[in-house]
Amino acid sequence: MTGPVASLNTAWFALIGVLWTGYFVLEGFDFGVGILSPLLAADDVDRRITLNAIGPFWDGNEVWLIVAGGATFAAFPTWYATMFSGFYLALFLILVALILRGAAFEYRARREALSWRRTWGAAHAVGSLVPALLWGVAFTDLVRGLDITRGPHYLGGFAGLIHPIALVGGVASLLVFSLHGAVFLSLKTTGELRRRARRAAALLAVPALVVVAGLGAWVGVAIAGSPRPGTLPGAVPAALVVVALLALGGGGLLIARGREGLAFGTTAGAIVALSAAAFAALFPRVMVSSVTARDSLTVWNAASAHETLLVMTVVAAIFTPFVLAYQAWTYWVFRQRLTRPPATRGATAGPAGPGGSPVAASGDAAPTVLGPTQP
Amino acid sequence: MTELLDRWQFGVTIVYHFLFVPLTIGLGVLVAWMQTLAYRRKDPDWDRLARFFGRLFLINFAMGVVTGIVQEFQFGMNWSNYSIFVGNIFGAPLAMEGLLAFFLESTFLGLWIFGRGRLSERVHLASIWLVAFGSTVSALFILAANAWMQHPVGYKIVHHKALLTDIWAVFANSTLWEEFAHTVLAAFVTAAMVVVGVSAWQMLKRRDVRIFARAASLASGFAAVCLVATITTGDMQARLMDEQQPMKMAAAEALYNTASGASFSLLTIGNLSGQPIFQIRVPHLLSLIADLSYDGKVEGINQLQKAEAKKYGPGSYVPVIWLTYWSFRLMVGLGILMLVVAAWTWWLSRKRSRWRLEDCRRTLWVLVACIVAPFAANTFGWLFTEMGRQPWIVYGLMKTSQAFSPTVGTGSVIGTFAGFTVLYSVLGAVDVALMRRAARQSLDPPAGEEGAAGGAKGEEVAGLVY
Repeated sequence: MTGPVASLNTAWFALIGVLWTGYFVLEGFDFGVGILSPLLAADDVDRRITLNAIGPFWDGNEVWLIVAGGATFAAFPTWYATMFSGFYLALFLILVALILRGAAFEYRARREALSWRRTWGAAHAVGSLVPALLWGVAFTDLVRGLDITRGPHYLGGFAGLIHPIALVGGVASLLVFSLHGAVFLSLKTTGELRRRARRAAALLAVPALVVVAGLGAWVGVAIAGSPRPGTLPGAVPAALVVVALLALGGGGLLIARGREGLAFGTTAGAIVALSAAAFAALFPRVMVSSVTARDSLTVWNAASAHETLLVMTVVAAIFTPFVLAYQAWTYWVFRQRLTRPPATRGATAGPAGPGGSPVAASGDAAPTVLGPTQP
Repeated sequence: MTELLDRWQFGVTIVYHFLFVPLTIGLGVLVAWMQTLAYRRKDPDWDRLARFFGRLFLINFAMGVVTGIVQEFQFGMNWSNYSIFVGNIFGAPLAMEGLLAFFLESTFLGLWIFGRGRLSERVHLASIWLVAFGSTVSALFILAANAWMQHPVGYKIVHHKALLTDIWAVFANSTLWEEFAHTVLAAFVTAAMVVVGVSAWQMLKRRDVRIFARAASLASGFAAVCLVATITTGDMQARLMDEQQPMKMAAAEALYNTASGASFSLLTIGNLSGQPIFQIRVPHLLSLIADLSYDGKVEGINQLQKAEAKKYGPGSYVPVIWLTYWSFRLMVGLGILMLVVAAWTWWLSRKRSRWRLEDCRRTLWVLVACIVAPFAANTFGWLFTEMGRQPWIVYGLMKTSQAFSPTVGTGSVIGTFAGFTVLYSVLGAVDVALMRRAARQSLDPPAGEEGAAGGAKGEEVAGLVY
């Protein structure tokens, strides 16, 4: 079953692509901060600064996932049902990780005992690392194709998901999110912590570039031989991967030169390009069958009927602008850098970090000084 | 076997999730209310109370959020046949819930937590109201999905799928609005009883007695009003249920044979189906509940089973009777108990009262104990609603036995069910411990005097939230 490309089905495919992309760009950096936090923090105050840097945003970022899931359920129920039941154990691991992580944000600071903070700190780091890895695995699997037979049923189990290419995809997403997080942290902190975050970002840029290049080439070769009726020319996803590589390389250079704001825009652009490449490689399929092309789920055979798509289009068109506006506003409200209070142990940061850039480089906003005068 | 495990997993995770949700909805409103009183009257007491209960709100909120994602994913993971069958209709409110409610709730919660002292007081106050509004609206959307399972409307069946024909019908569903009113009011009651109970404990410990008495007075009055409304809407739901799902009504009473002027049993000892050992019955009450008439006819389980088998084909259409019977009674009983307690507390806490609430120590202990009552009542209510609909997952359209994922093996479900159970148990223990701790803390010093308390916090760095 096929249909016209200019249709609500295509629009919803694109919108779901946008939702996943938004999720990866936004939660990507808070996963990255979560993963790097134990490595970059010199003490508990540092650790808390890293968590507070993503504090106002992470929950809103995670809603992008919930909406992506809900939109898939509404617009493409068969895709939702096949993917979520097919990726059963992988999604379970992601859920456990997200639960631990969410709880850790709230719980870690509630008690001062060292063992308590270590436990919840570890829960937070692992809870950030596991999804950062597994989302890469899952999306590489989507693109390379799975054992989907008529039903539609995915029968490959968990083992069918951990193909070597998919594992490379997982490492790629882990590295890219970590890089993105390191750049974000350098943008939101001052002093020694900021310097360490910058160095981590510069160090991560190289392996991220190499692994993403390898992944792009390997996936390209793997899918080139399979029949892909009705898909976009392979040059489209390939070009997007090249854009992503340029952005990763550019991000690495920019952060090495201390251009944190630009570097963050660039790493965000790399994630957008990679996610767009995955969705461009899929279209018009939503789940690729490696058994026969006929059994692939597409934007037509997996979709809801016209009435549902129409209703959802109206709702999305009205409300999405509001969501984007108030989320953007939150980022504006909390645009300041977090600075160590001068009284705490091991403080090295004055208003000017060792990197030589004055804190005022973040714009007209004064840095947040965490002192006893704050509530 | 897999179906049974799937059902247990869904049951355990949803019951657990719904321990946190009502408190989030209700406490959001109460904290916003307290903060409004602080803002409008420039009253430091209400500001301190808003911050105190705000801490409880946040600990609870986190658990509601993280356990909620599991619910959204589980439809696809464990119930893929169901998801394909209902996706056209059921998916829409879920997506709307995320877009219209969860974004609002989570974004403004971030602004509320981190914006104190950075946003203007007015915008900070607006943030908590938007959080409360977002939580309440989320209930509307998820209940639109649930109401459709109870009473499907606005659809047609094409190629074994339910397709949407009329979104207005889905949102105008009579079942939805009565469920929404009943559920949200119960959520308000939940939070109000928690505020009353925690305030009672603080008064028992003689800490900031004057201030906590104000909280108890506000919350007990609110609880009493909401309880009257909850009971009223529950009663309206019963009549709707008698019309839409007569089997559930019969199962609620364990009424085996059709009767006119049916009596209502308050409790039964012994066999529900045969000869009970002991029973207290109120004559004609069931007819009044179901039909609003003294001699109204209420259909019995045996007659309904025959009628449904004729309509839908052979099979049992009877839910688990002991469960529906007892969960219904416990829900109603706890509601009435809470009404009595809340009204009595409010009466004591009036300014012109002969007694002072803080001196009525027995009442205060009862109030502390009553903290668990709304959580139990909420759980029994949902067990009744969902178990009473069985064997249907979508009433009249799809049976639960046809709904689970055919490709997920029993071993996988055992693994995830065990995993969720262990994880939820550990988190539950931690959550209760942290809630208890936060509930036993003293109030923060009034705004502007934090410096004085700075030393007491030791290593804590002021200004860092997480």
